This record gives sequence, structure tokens and C-alpha cells, in this order.
Amino acid sequence: MEPIRTIRFDGVSKSFGGNHVLENVSFDVPQGEVCCILGRSGTGKSVTLKLLMGLLKPDSGKIFMNDLEIESLDSAHLVKARKAMGFLFQYSALFDSMTVGENVAFPLRRHTSLSERDIQSIVHEKLKSVGLENSFNQMPLELSGGMRKRAGLARALALNPSILLVDEPSSGLDPITTMEIDTLLLGLKSAEQTTMVVVTHNMTSARRIGDLLIVLNEGHVVAQGTVEELDRSKVDVVRQFMSATRGD
Amino acid sequence: MPDMKTSGETSPGLITTLFAETGSLIQFALLALRAVFRRPFEIREIVQQTYMVGWRSLPLIITSGLAIGVVLSMHTRAVMERFGAEALIPSALAIALISETGPLMTGLLVAGRVGAGIGAELGGMRVSEQIDALESLAVDSVHYLAVTRIAACMIALPILTTVLNFSGLAGGYFAETAISGISMKLYFRHAFETVGFLDYILPTAKTVVFGLIIGTVSSWRGYTVTGGSQGIGRASTMSVVLSSMLLIFINVLLVRIIFLAFPNGAL
Repeated sequence: MEPIRTIRFDGVSKSFGGNHVLENVSFDVPQGEVCCILGRSGTGKSVTLKLLMGLLKPDSGKIFMNDLEIESLDSAHLVKARKAMGFLFQYSALFDSMTVGENVAFPLRRHTSLSERDIQSIVHEKLKSVGLENSFNQMPLELSGGMRKRAGLARALALNPSILLVDEPSSGLDPITTMEIDTLLLGLKSAEQTTMVVVTHNMTSARRIGDLLIVLNEGHVVAQGTVEELDRSKVDVVRQFMSATRGD
Repeated sequence: MPDMKTSGETSPGLITTLFAETGSLIQFALLALRAVFRRPFEIREIVQQTYMVGWRSLPLIITSGLAIGVVLSMHTRAVMERFGAEALIPSALAIALISETGPLMTGLLVAGRVGAGIGAELGGMRVSEQIDALESLAVDSVHYLAVTRIAACMIALPILTTVLNFSGLAGGYFAETAISGISMKLYFRHAFETVGFLDYILPTAKTVVFGLIIGTVSSWRGYTVTGGSQGIGRASTMSVVLSSMLLIFINVLLVRIIFLAFPNGAL
């Protein structure tokens, strides 16, 4: 299986009970680009990420990683695909029975045959890259929201994924911490050519990191393009979003 | 793990809900069964969970066993005295404990202590997206979380039952020796003279099924939690209630099966 680099959503719909969360959603994310999905709360942004990860199945439509359709993968191939992806959850979802170091070491212990010494070395390196080199032995509950997010990012990056899915990286964080996380993501993009899908409703952050912006409203894609293209959009909800940071 | 319907999404109506919940439980049990045969076998996690289920339940099991032994001994003495059959008290106590009281009490105690714990723990992990995080890290969460806990319950229950049986007999001895001054050697000789190996092994083996029920039901309730902390509390309570009810019901069936299969062997 060649490294997964590109993502394609093709006419994807998903509903829960009678609630249609996504309807006929299509978009492409080329290799090494950062795609920011914007939209109001409850418009299906996080569901989009969970569909990408194969945690949920679409009611209709297809999702491709490279040219592989996620739903057609058997469990062994899905495991391989997931190893190539990192997921930073909105509330980090760190395992609260493990220390920060053990959280980051977990995927390495599961999926590699590295020696414990090498694993410890990689964990220290990942924690250092997110500025948490002194938090190795801390429990997740002892960390602040921003630190937890960075620890979650270190865990998501443990296996050097070629695709990174990020859910609300700035929610509940102050602007400085938000900028630090954005800088980390941008550094990753330039250093590793990591393809990213970032769900956010923080326009400042989206403008800073996004190569491609997608605006979801009531389950539909109402606009997609670069920051400049969306700045020129005539669609009301897009204009409202884009003007949120310009102060219009 | 497939896009499993959570227990909170059932339609209204008692019958519909009952069928939906039963279906959800069976679907979960089948997923767990399928996961058992997939590598890695999670031996380390099973050992860890067996420690949590078994070792940590020991204080409860030993103290309960002692108390049950004392109470059973007092009741048995009250009855036996009427017939002048005090010498049979140790035997009667051993039969009562080993054949039924020990296995059932251990099952109910573990359902209360461990079932609630598993329901709350997995429920908390579901609500805080830790189960999704496991899946995103390419780990089969049903195998890693549920199968290991079910296996731990199945391993720990027979051991805990044996411990409860012996602590019950010890409690009975303390009560008896306080009243009649019977020696320990005589008490235990009387206790075991009517109990054969098969009489011990069959009721104790039955607790493996109790472990399967407790582990599966509580993992299922935790795994399918919806609704935040309220949902976790509900999952924890329902784990205990459902496990205990199923355990009592299945016990009747198992006792019947044992009597049919071993008409001369079972107590």
C-alpha cells in the first residue's frame, strides 16, 4: 500500500435518525495541502472527520484515500490506512489511565517492533516538538486545555502520519496558544508535506493555515476555494464567516 | 467497529425497546466473539484486567464469605438442633456454600462491584471519545476493551468463588467453635466428607458463564453510552441490574442442566 496522501469526498451523505447531517458533500484535498472545514456548530464538520477516519460509515457516496475507497477496505487494510492517519480530537481524547508519555508511546508499542529505548526516544522527541518535554510523567487531568491539545497532537504524530485530521484545534484556547498550535501545524506541513483536514470555526486560524477552505451550512458545501476566493464570495453565510476576522 | 446503533437511539414502546436492546446486546456479543480470534490476543491487558477484577475484589469476597458463613451456620444450627443433628452442621454448610450460595453470591457481588465499574469506565471512555481515539490509532476497541474485560471476568469468577467458599467455611467454623467448641480438624473433616470433586467443580465451572454475562453486559452498556455523565450513571446502574437479573435467570437453567447431565454427581 503506497503512502496515503490525497483525500476525496464524493457525494457523501450521512444522517442520524431523521437528522440529515451531511447531504451530497464533495471535495478534494491534494497532497500536502491544509483544508479547513468551516461552519456553524452542528453542521457536520466533526462527522466529516469521523467519516474520513472510517469511524462512521456514509449512508451514500464514497470516500477515497488516494484511490482506495475507505468503505471497501477489509479490517486489515483499514488498520493500515488508519496507521497512515493521525487524528487530533476536539477534547484531545487522551487515555486518562495513562501518563502523557504512555499516551504518545501507545501507538508505537502497538504498531512497531521498536525497542523500548527507541520508543522512549521518539516519545521525548515528539513531546519536545510540541513543547511538552517536561510533561512525560504527568497524567492528562493534570494538564491545561492547551497542553492536553498539544499532547494529543504529539500522540497523533507518533507514527509520522501522512494525513492529519484535526478537530477544533483552537476551541477553548487563548489566542496565543491557538497561534502556537497553528505554527506547529504549519511546521509539520512544510517539513513533512503532511496533508491536513482541519475542522474549525476560528477564522483567524483558518486564514493562517488553510490552503483550501470549505464552508458547510446545514449539511451542504456552500463554498470552497482559497481564502482570496472565499473573500469574494456573495453567499451570505460565507461572507459572515469571512468578515468575522476582518472586522467588517 | 461497525457503525453500531447506541442504546439511547431506540424507538419508544416497551416491546420495541426490549427487542432493540436485545438485538444490540447480541450484536455486541457477536462482535466480541469475532474479535476473540483476531491478533494480537491482548494477553497483557487480560492479565491486567484479571488483576483489577480478581485481586481487587478479594477484600469484598473474603469479608462477605466470612459473614455468609457465620449467618448460614447460625441458621443451620437453629434447624439441626431441632432434630439433634448438630454433627451434620459442617456438612450442611459445605453443601449449601459450594453447591449454590458461594457461586451465586460471588456472581452477584462481582456484578455489583465490577459490573458497575466496567459500565462506568467504558461509558466515560465513550463520552470522552477515548474509544474513538483507540480506533483512530488502528486498535480494535472491542477486542482491547471488551474482550479483555470479559475474559478477565471469566477467569476471575471461579477463583473468587473458591475463595468465597473457603472464607464461608471459615466463617462457619468461627461461629461453630464459639458455640460448640468444635476443633478445626473435626469441623473441616465433617465439612468435606460429603463433598466430592465433581460437586465442587460443576457449580464452580458455572461461574465462568456468570463471568461471561457480567463482562459482556457491562461492556455493552458502557460501550453504547449516550448522554454525558447522566448516561454514564445510567450505564453503570443498568450494568449491575441487567447482569444480576440475567445471572439469576441463567443460574436456574444451569442448575437444571447440571442435574440432568450429572444426576448422581451434582449436589
